Amino acid sequence: MKFKEGVWNDEINTRDFIVKNYTPYDGDESFLAGPTERTRKLWGEVCGLMQKERENNGVLDISTDTISTISAHDAGYIDKDLETIVGLQTDAPLKRAVMPFGGYRMVKNSLEAYGFEEDAKVKEIFKYRKTHNDGVFDAYTDEMKLARHTGIITGLPDAYGRGRIIGDYRRVPLYGVDYLIEQKKTAKKELILDIMDSPTIRLREEISEQIRALEELKAMAAKYGYDISRPAEDTKEAIQWLYFAYLGAVKEQNGAAMSLGRTSTFLDIYAERDLKEGRYTEEQIQEFVDHFIMKLRMVRFLRTPAYDELFSGDPTWVTESIGGMCIDGRHMVTKMSYRYLHTLTNLGPAPEPNMTILWNTRLPEHFKQYCARVSIETSAVQYESDNIMLERFGDDYGIACCVSPMRIGKQMQFFGARCNLAKALLYAINGGKDERYGTQVGPYIAPLKSDYLDYAEVVGRFDYICEWLSKLYINTLNIIHYMHDKYCYEKLQMALHDEKVYRTSAGGIAGLSVVVDSLSAIKYAKVKAIRNEEGLITDFEIEGDYPKFGNNDPRVDQIAVDVVQGFMKKLSRHTTYRDSVPTMSILTITSNVVYGKKTGNTPDGRQAGEPFAPGANPMHGRDTHGCVASLKSVAKLPFEYAQDGISNTFSIVPGALGKTQDEQRDNLVSLMDGYFEDDGFHLNVNVLKREVLLDAMDHPELYPQLTIRVSGYAVNFIKLTREQQLDVISRTFHEKF
Amino acid sequence: MLHEDIKGYIHSTDSFGAVDGPGIRFVVFLQGCPLRCLYCHNPDSWKFGEGTQRTAGDLMEEILGYRSFLKRGGVTLSGGEPFAQMDFTKALLSLCRKNGFHTAVDTSGAVALSLSREGIDLTDLLLLDLKAYDPEECRKLTGQDNHHALETLDYCEKTKKPVWLRHVCLPGYTLYDEKLTRMAEFLKHYSCIERIELIPFHQMGSYKWDYLGESYQLAETEPPSAQEMERAKQIFLSRGLPAV
Repeated sequence: MKFKEGVWNDEINTRDFIVKNYTPYDGDESFLAGPTERTRKLWGEVCGLMQKERENNGVLDISTDTISTISAHDAGYIDKDLETIVGLQTDAPLKRAVMPFGGYRMVKNSLEAYGFEEDAKVKEIFKYRKTHNDGVFDAYTDEMKLARHTGIITGLPDAYGRGRIIGDYRRVPLYGVDYLIEQKKTAKKELILDIMDSPTIRLREEISEQIRALEELKAMAAKYGYDISRPAEDTKEAIQWLYFAYLGAVKEQNGAAMSLGRTSTFLDIYAERDLKEGRYTEEQIQEFVDHFIMKLRMVRFLRTPAYDELFSGDPTWVTESIGGMCIDGRHMVTKMSYRYLHTLTNLGPAPEPNMTILWNTRLPEHFKQYCARVSIETSAVQYESDNIMLERFGDDYGIACCVSPMRIGKQMQFFGARCNLAKALLYAINGGKDERYGTQVGPYIAPLKSDYLDYAEVVGRFDYICEWLSKLYINTLNIIHYMHDKYCYEKLQMALHDEKVYRTSAGGIAGLSVVVDSLSAIKYAKVKAIRNEEGLITDFEIEGDYPKFGNNDPRVDQIAVDVVQGFMKKLSRHTTYRDSVPTMSILTITSNVVYGKKTGNTPDGRQAGEPFAPGANPMHGRDTHGCVASLKSVAKLPFEYAQDGISNTFSIVPGALGKTQDEQRDNLVSLMDGYFEDDGFHLNVNVLKREVLLDAMDHPELYPQLTIRVSGYAVNFIKLTREQQLDVISRTFHEKF
Repeated sequence: MLHEDIKGYIHSTDSFGAVDGPGIRFVVFLQGCPLRCLYCHNPDSWKFGEGTQRTAGDLMEEILGYRSFLKRGGVTLSGGEPFAQMDFTKALLSLCRKNGFHTAVDTSGAVALSLSREGIDLTDLLLLDLKAYDPEECRKLTGQDNHHALETLDYCEKTKKPVWLRHVCLPGYTLYDEKLTRMAEFLKHYSCIERIELIPFHQMGSYKWDYLGESYQLAETEPPSAQEMERAKQIFLSRGLPAV
């Protein structure tokens, strides 16, 4: 049986292939197959290795003497006879690779932290080979370094890979690598413009790099005995080819987030054909999927403990986007969408891959119910609004990292972490001085004189500080991404993109609800400033009550909208590297704990050091009108001004969702339908009992797979630091009987 | 007076109720209750004339803002005792009906049918709390016997009004096989009962008693175990009653 032809036969166009060939599935989950004996055995071995990894301080082994490239390592296996899908980052499972091009210091510090020796040869090479990290610090200004030091700008990808780039890994099975190389060669031949200026020169060099990467990819697959120069011919090959493409990327790049894209419906086309032609059974196909997902669960990067404090739980953000609607009006749920989610049952819950449902209120009811069921059972799924994204990104976008949408193979972003807006507010109050260090970091403004904070005065100053901060921020990103392109270019991932790529500069903000509640307190209650001996305002007294974000109260929710719009407008006024378009996320991942630690007392009554709420969440315990009111407040934040995503985490005990299991499932569906119909963007769903989490803190060995969702990704609960565990538990648990 | 302008005393609202009727419910807790149940977890809703005064129209506006979430659910009036503020309850139920919301009233069954009838007629579902089958036991638990509740149940049977019957299982008081069996035997003749919710006693409201300076008699009472609740449920299920 031949696939239906279209433009995809004449040029690279994965979407056209998918839309012409996929089969929407409206049925329920009853067709799914359980794990095979082989799968059970293999997963058992992997679990054993992961256990050892945990016992060994979180790192099982490091391949210290090999600089990781797409093809540097020999073939590696977990158990060759059991694996239907093969390929590891190094020559042994969970053995971490050394990827120094982002920054040698990160490698050196990590090795030291985990008790490994630096390899003399590698060390020698990086005496002469400059890295991204070196380049960035050559160009940083003093002001940038200071802002980084106090933490008003933080989490910057200046010491390792920036990530958040999704290669269109589907191109490899669809076309075979030889065709992709041919196309790149043609593109390069055609790229001779009038003037040989730096953008053109850069692109010509990049395409050459891309061609080299594709050649290397073939060589890597050959080590496993596969010839991927030709297209894949059946389901097993399609999964294997696709995985090799992704594997090449995670061998080359230690990126902050290495997301997979939107692969399930693509692969389903092969599976449907094989089922029809009797080539494979459902059980066999599920086995390939289980083995593939197992591999994705094993992706590892070598990072320092300091990084882990910020983004805890060893995350890799292998985000896979599932579902959504097609522009032609059909939904894009296929049997493969179910099979992916079913791995959470066959193999048990896990944080990776980061299963992301592109929720559209028009998705088939059966699928919505199945997702809700899996959420309730595993707490390992997140949801993002296809209602919103379909309109802006079409039907072949995917999520990078937690909440960042991009058209696959056509768009990338320059990841920019985030600004601490709560600190910016304190700078506004203290005339540009840092509240913890007392040093002048921002521009000088005459100090506030009055005892009570005046709303108009504070808002005016905050605006001024944000003006300064947004400019400094974009300039900092410009340096980082200039250097990353120069010293740590993602040649394989970009080889799986078109040559003409839409780029965004993805800024972000943290501490939104702290800022909003602070401004609300100043506006609606009386906030008295308390000064230390140096005259620095370091504490506040609130007289009276004030409306808090998270209660669907327009008085304060409007302040939130204004803050988001205001900062985004400021970001978009600055000149960016490579003409990228500024965007913004409201996302903290787990870093809300560390940001809180680095921020003094705030006018909302939050104590110095206390964690912020994650992402766009209301502050813990302040949303007192039920979770729907809380969701409504967050849903008011305008995606138009936060196109890199708005993260919201929702935790509930099962009993509060309904009496019976079916009711719990249906109520969760209604909750999401309501939220996304009202323009909510993202929802992490945790259905957990508080007692389970408390018990897991004391007996981690009993909960190796306990997974929870935090601000845009999932983690193994037992891999969080104790502080983060407490933060998760103290966060609003919607609990009621 | 227009429905919109009728005022009621509101204890609080909750934008998310998933255990007070079918689907997701917007729950309005009315202030004031004639009963003084030993196990009450909302003793702060007892006193009449406290709480926030709001018009039915104002509340309706708020509820309309949650429409997207309530499609498969609706609005539940709880309390306190909704039928103790009849004018307001009727006004809000009428407005909900006009706007297409499914409604439920969570009643303690403490109000005489002559007063509550119109409210029952206006609601789609009645969540009826039967505190005890034995009138004396009921008096001991709540300060009032159960004849209003039983009358209400008969009226629902007659008018085919769907009822979800609720019963709190309180160890040492109601949680005995014999008592539950008698109740089940009695209830099995009612076809209006769509569901029986057996609610385990819990201690989560005890702090409110302290806070209000009321004397709480159940401080030493342990909540029933999961096994005890399952056993209670079986007593009803084995008689063909839809217990959950």
